[in-house]
Amino acid sequence: MAFSAQLINLMAALLLLIAFAMLSQRRIRSLIFLFAWQGLVLAANSVIVAHSTGQGHLYYSAFLTLLLKVIVLPVILLWLIRRLNVQWDVETLINIPTTMLVGIVLVVFAFNLALPITQLAGTITRSTLGIAIAIVLLSFLMMLTRRKAVPQVIGFLAMENGLFFAATSATYGMPMVVELGIALDVLVGVLILGIFFFQVRGAFDSLDLRHMEKLKED
Amino acid sequence: MLGYIESFAYQLAQTLIVILIAPLMLGWVNQCRAWLQNKSGAGVLQPYRVLAKLFQKDVVLAHGASPLFRSAPYIQFGCMILVASIVPVIETNLLFAPAADVIALVGIFALARIFSALAAMDVGTAFGSLGARREMLVASLSEPALLMVFFTPLLIVQSSSLNTIVDTLAHREFAIYPSLAFAAVAFVMVLLAENARIPIDNPATHLELTMIHEALILEYSGRHLALIEWATAIKLTVYCALGIALFMPWGMAQAGQWQGVPVAVLVLAVKLTLAGAGLALLETVSAKMRIFRAPEFLGMAFLLGVLGMLTYLLLGA
Repeated sequence: MAFSAQLINLMAALLLLIAFAMLSQRRIRSLIFLFAWQGLVLAANSVIVAHSTGQGHLYYSAFLTLLLKVIVLPVILLWLIRRLNVQWDVETLINIPTTMLVGIVLVVFAFNLALPITQLAGTITRSTLGIAIAIVLLSFLMMLTRRKAVPQVIGFLAMENGLFFAATSATYGMPMVVELGIALDVLVGVLILGIFFFQVRGAFDSLDLRHMEKLKED
Repeated sequence: MLGYIESFAYQLAQTLIVILIAPLMLGWVNQCRAWLQNKSGAGVLQPYRVLAKLFQKDVVLAHGASPLFRSAPYIQFGCMILVASIVPVIETNLLFAPAADVIALVGIFALARIFSALAAMDVGTAFGSLGARREMLVASLSEPALLMVFFTPLLIVQSSSLNTIVDTLAHREFAIYPSLAFAAVAFVMVLLAENARIPIDNPATHLELTMIHEALILEYSGRHLALIEWATAIKLTVYCALGIALFMPWGMAQAGQWQGVPVAVLVLAVKLTLAGAGLALLETVSAKMRIFRAPEFLGMAFLLGVLGMLTYLLLGA
């Protein structure tokens, strides 16, 4: 196997590891740092893919990832949790070992799903598609098992990371316009959700989203 | 015939080396821990002094201690000698190697542990049975994790014999194996749990609320205690050697090539020194966990082992 392919595999494995670490993380602050690490590995992966395939536009998307997901978004999120004063432990709906086991089942499912595609594809990154799908599913699981608003938003962002990774591994990244659009969407999304947090807390005195299940006033 | 004598000599030398340097390894880890905590420490030779002192003392036995209680230290020590003679540390031409593969290795560790737990319950003190229960709790979780860790190199090499695994991994072309990285992290977690190191158990504690391993051996004294302490040191050394053999076997002498042996000894010394320092660092930066967090910690190790296997199956690396 070529050395760059080995490096890409290593990055993919690291991303999977970070996804599991996020799933098991109890503190919001550490969750944000893990999210930043995920962005960093993602950017490194884009650079390696760009270098080994000669796809120039991937350098831009790597730079964009670095700027947005490693610096801007974590800074915004850190500022938010400091303002909202929610740096404490997150309670999960299911306990963490069970979540982990569900995560393993999801990974097996994703790997099986990607296997036929992997065998047909001819790209250098083909074997990482299964990991990309697994990261999307794991982030989704994280959104499902968290009660508080901030971890759910981080789960959403991690899911976007997984999709970005899937695009890189399946087709060497999306066209530049699409990537710019998504980056802007994510940025604006986080800003709006940030405002939402303050509204939710103003209305319910808590960031626990269970309160939003009650539709009637009693 | 000559081949037999040669591999017997290697076998004997290697087993003796592991048994004799085990207290040194323990002393080195303790010394590093002391340095990291800004203490001067007792010196790396302290475990030898402790062993010498204990061997000179008389044995005090509890009333009603059965032969099981008296034989358990010998069984534990014997198990550890067996394990020490299976794991290749310098050279892979070992006579005993066909006797047990990595899976049997887990079984031998389990045998030693079962006898220590039984002996702890034998005299009927509260601490003994408390420690035995905790030990079995940790063991029941760390054993499947350890097996999972072994499966990844097993899949890569397509063999469960430690000699073959080390031979293949040490002398192949350089390649990054993400799956082995997962397995290595899981192995370190299992190592910490199995050797009663800090996130799970504190080897220096005598506080009844937290101790696991110390509670098992509270009733022992004299040469029995010395044998158990020595067996513990061998276990730690063998675990480090196992980690080295599976995840960084470079520099080990190839079977039948005695020219590589001096280099291999030097490399082993460097690796064990680094492993001991790393272990001390890990123990210093992490805090002792509540006992009920142990399942989570070991569940994580199990998960990493499974992930390593899955990534190997998906990525082929």
